[in-house]
Amino acid sequence: MTALRSFAATTARVLVLLAIAIAMLAVLLIATGHEVIPALSAMVRGAFGSYYAITSATIVRMVPLALAGLAVSVAFRAGILNIGAEGQLLVGAAAATAISGTLGGVPWFIGIPVILVAGAMAGGAWAAIAGALRLRFGVLEVISTIMLNFVAQYLTGWLVRGPLQEPTRVNPQSVTLAPELQLPVLLEGTRLHAGVLVVVLVAIAVWWWLRSTASGFRLRAVGATPTAAASAGGIDVPRTLFGAFLVSGLLAGLAGSVEYTGITYALYENFSPGYGYTAIAVALLARLHPLGVLATALLFGALEAGANAMQRDAGVPNVVVSVVEALLILLVLAADRWRPSRADETGT
Amino acid sequence: MVTAAPTGAVLLSLDGIAHSFGRVRALDGASLQVRAGSVHALLGENGAGKTTLMRVVFGLLRAQHGVMHWRGTPITMRSPSDALAHGIGMVHQHFTLVPSMTVAENIALGGHGGFDPQQAATRVRDIAARAGLVLDPNAHVEDLPIGAQQRCEIVKALARDVTLLILDEPTAVLAPAEAAELLRWIRGYADAGNAVVLITHKLRDALAVADDITVLHRGRTVLTTPARDTDQGRVADAMLGGAAVRTADVLTGRDVTDIVSDVTTDVITDVVSGAADVVNRRAASALPRTVLALDAVSVRDANGVDRVRSATLHVHAGEIVGIGAVEGAGQRELLRVLAGRLSPTAGRRAIPESVGFVPEDRHRDALLLDAPLFENTALQGAGARRGVMDWNDVRARTSAVLHRYDVRASGAEALARTLSGGNQQKLVLGRELEAAREALVVENPSRGLDFVATDAVHRALRAARDAGMAVVVYSSDLDEVLLLADRVFAMHDGTVIECAKHRDALGRAMLSGASGIGNGMTAGIDA
Amino acid sequence: MQDVTVSVGALAIAAGLLEATVRTATPLAYAALGESVSERAGVINIGLEGSIIAGALSATIAAGAIGVAGGFAAGAAAGLLVAALFALFAVGLRADQIITGTAITLFALGLTGTVYRTVYGSGGVALTTPTAATHAIPVLSTLPVIGRAFFAQPWVTYALYLIAPLLAWWMQRTHAGLALRAVGEYPQAAIAAGISPRRTQLYAVLFAGAMAGLAGATLVLAQAGTFAEGMSAGRGFIAIAIVVLGRWRPLGVAAAALLFGAATSLQTLFQSMGWTGIPYQLFLAVPYVLTLVVLAVTGKRSARRMA
Repeated sequence: MTALRSFAATTARVLVLLAIAIAMLAVLLIATGHEVIPALSAMVRGAFGSYYAITSATIVRMVPLALAGLAVSVAFRAGILNIGAEGQLLVGAAAATAISGTLGGVPWFIGIPVILVAGAMAGGAWAAIAGALRLRFGVLEVISTIMLNFVAQYLTGWLVRGPLQEPTRVNPQSVTLAPELQLPVLLEGTRLHAGVLVVVLVAIAVWWWLRSTASGFRLRAVGATPTAAASAGGIDVPRTLFGAFLVSGLLAGLAGSVEYTGITYALYENFSPGYGYTAIAVALLARLHPLGVLATALLFGALEAGANAMQRDAGVPNVVVSVVEALLILLVLAADRWRPSRADETGT
Repeated sequence: MVTAAPTGAVLLSLDGIAHSFGRVRALDGASLQVRAGSVHALLGENGAGKTTLMRVVFGLLRAQHGVMHWRGTPITMRSPSDALAHGIGMVHQHFTLVPSMTVAENIALGGHGGFDPQQAATRVRDIAARAGLVLDPNAHVEDLPIGAQQRCEIVKALARDVTLLILDEPTAVLAPAEAAELLRWIRGYADAGNAVVLITHKLRDALAVADDITVLHRGRTVLTTPARDTDQGRVADAMLGGAAVRTADVLTGRDVTDIVSDVTTDVITDVVSGAADVVNRRAASALPRTVLALDAVSVRDANGVDRVRSATLHVHAGEIVGIGAVEGAGQRELLRVLAGRLSPTAGRRAIPESVGFVPEDRHRDALLLDAPLFENTALQGAGARRGVMDWNDVRARTSAVLHRYDVRASGAEALARTLSGGNQQKLVLGRELEAAREALVVENPSRGLDFVATDAVHRALRAARDAGMAVVVYSSDLDEVLLLADRVFAMHDGTVIECAKHRDALGRAMLSGASGIGNGMTAGIDA
Repeated sequence: MQDVTVSVGALAIAAGLLEATVRTATPLAYAALGESVSERAGVINIGLEGSIIAGALSATIAAGAIGVAGGFAAGAAAGLLVAALFALFAVGLRADQIITGTAITLFALGLTGTVYRTVYGSGGVALTTPTAATHAIPVLSTLPVIGRAFFAQPWVTYALYLIAPLLAWWMQRTHAGLALRAVGEYPQAAIAAGISPRRTQLYAVLFAGAMAGLAGATLVLAQAGTFAEGMSAGRGFIAIAIVVLGRWRPLGVAAAALLFGAATSLQTLFQSMGWTGIPYQLFLAVPYVLTLVVLAVTGKRSARRMA
């Protein structure tokens, strides 16, 4: 399948799912006693209603979701259930924050890449912990990555009240990033930052790596049938898996550092509104295709931007969108699994 | 309580049973009549539909067409519990025992209410004693040898007040002596008034013990006869399609009759012609080069148990070495050491850099089912490849393999899953042969294949041998080993012994490790 | 005289710690016992977290209206409903258990957040519910150190003292227990014996959901006295570690829950003793790190089991 065709196929699927999502949302709104039309229109306005909405609400949210979605996709393609993108993202942001404090006077074309890479590496290291636990001790990564999410959360909480706290010691957050080290804004008057270029480039790179390189092929083979990969392919499965953990963590960490240098310019508690978890839906809905992730991340960016507007303008709790996201995952699961029952087999 | 019907009366009757799985007609007019107090052998090649037919009887499958009668009344079995309630028991080919539970617990499974281990143990001892079987109720299944596990399965079936016992390929996993013991038991059990359906593809076993024989071919009953009214030749003929079927062998243009006489001859051949073959071939090739060499190789598994013990085996270019062994004798590990997939824990090994390997479970170990065929080709050697993949080259090589080995597929883009078992096997074989020029190791090559595919695989193996490759074949079917091999080795409990190329010698060596030729040493060929 | 005072003080602290441990361990034990039954049937329910939080919210709402007992019942019911949704996909459709569980957790967390804010407003006003009263058992509760810890607890804790041994007996001494184990370890054997794996797994998952719902209700009614979004705080996942540590056996699981309860209680203890040198976040992280350690140490065996 060519890149264009798969992007188009994903977009089509995304639109169908979008329609279903809106329907589910409407049901939820009615169930919780909110007026549907005002709420939905607030949502649409918040996501696409204006030039500012599109660039500074939707696309801006698409960036971390896409990077985290890529992280999850790569892991899932290898058969690794990385639910720890949230923690890896946080650790990435923390590392980015920490290192930016040491870059006084460094020009932006060195400083920014250093910050981004530091964040990515921290994310990779965080994921490597789960990788080592699985490969050395057989610990299911589902559980270990979730546990590490909590640890990362508490770690961040400590950092912003301790070593990384801003000098006046009033607020639990870090000092603001120096303007010259912030990612340049692409369109004046908006918050759309260069991170979106990073995302697109990285997505293409990941896509190319998976389809065209030997290491990408090995990752896919291991994810498909590890026993055959080892026996017929002579592939070092543990090594390939560890590599996948690393790459996945790198991407999630990068999401954290991009978010830091592009939007927040500071580290604080609740830095991530659950991007790492939403990224799972982003990845699944894109059928784990790196380019498809761009489309589904855009959808979820719109949903979340719209949700915030919905809360602000129509008083609907923005967490309702997590419900929609979860239901979308279940829908995808159901669509993949449903088949007419085999009436002849006495179904047990 | 189910009472035994008068001997001779028809207990179970199947008429015109037909069933398709998608486009595959698994059953196409199968019929069967089982009398009380008799042993009824259900024969046929792999894939003939024997197991499928019995699944209908046991309530695991509802047939799309045809009728079943039990004691004269038309009936449909809706589930295994339904079948059990009517007095039909089944011992499956693959045991359905929970390894970590005891024999008593396994046998009690499916009951209701409270469970008393003491009571359950007593009951097991009673049933076993009555049937003339020895079994320890408190042993954990995972600790029992295969023969004992099978006895557990049988007692499990008998515990349910059974009048018709179905046994699916019971001798497939047994050593020859254990198999003989089981057949004796079956005869005794039937003589006591019970009915037995024995599913098997082994002619000899069937004729030794059955009262009636039914042969299935491609889902249809092609022969039904009392055992005493027929002979091995006629039954073999029926198993291969009977006189009515005259399909040319697509691959080589040979007629079925030729194939039939070949196979029949091979199956019934005696040691003289076998040995003469070996001697002739040896004389023809002077000083063959050793391609695969194992010297005092041992392989220890993850639990610290030596699966292969000090095995010495040399395989030369241009020969097929056959290995016979009962399940779990270490052949799995031996084959993988020969193929370079596993490293020895002791001893010396000398093998070429790339050895082809066709494993028994191709779905698990050889193929990416949901990937296109060209990716499956690329799988070979993927571990060592660096840099960028040349997909054009891979596609070209794939097309070449599809053509050369007559793999029926819509193209290199087809998903591996869409190929039939035979074509998947041909693909794997082709891929391995193209990649490894010097040596090939094959494990149960005809598993799950029908006769035509099996023949194609055998042909390819012989061609590889004739082209100068060193080939090692292991099959759980002794006849296949004897059919293909130039030299034969038996594996017993981790040790490897060369044997005379004769069924009894091989069987004895497999079971007891009794030496065949040369006390385990293979220096020279003094057959 | 000094020594006596110190040792009496130490005993008092130990007793207090033990009491806090049992109290903290109760919801963990409920969730873990339920999960152990589910896992014995071969289903790993990562969505347990969703059942817990759903139980917590339902208990909050119901207790306000119909009292504590009603709160517990509502909690169990809500947990069961969430588990039913999980079962629909993971057992009914045989979808991937892990992804389904993750989706269910997200779903429940989002839904409870939505409902909570809708019903109680997002003002963040602290909401209080009636709490479960503790009932001291005569004589037993006067035992030194362990008396108050084990015998001066609410009914919901005492119920555990019955449930754990009952489950242990049930698994070994009833055909239903055998069937459950067979389904989890070798489903083909169960099918051949006429047992329906789907139905067995459904019941196991529903049971686990109800127990997790009770755990959530306990969190609210016997611990916090209030509801907060996300208050389940990963207990559903910790329960999975407890099951592994307890070797999937009910009594072992109960003991492992105590261990985890102790780890959490230590944090409160240290804080009350004024150990400000170590950041409190470190203590909050202890149960999660402990989970990782436990899983790593018991790793190889559990990996084989859960495969």
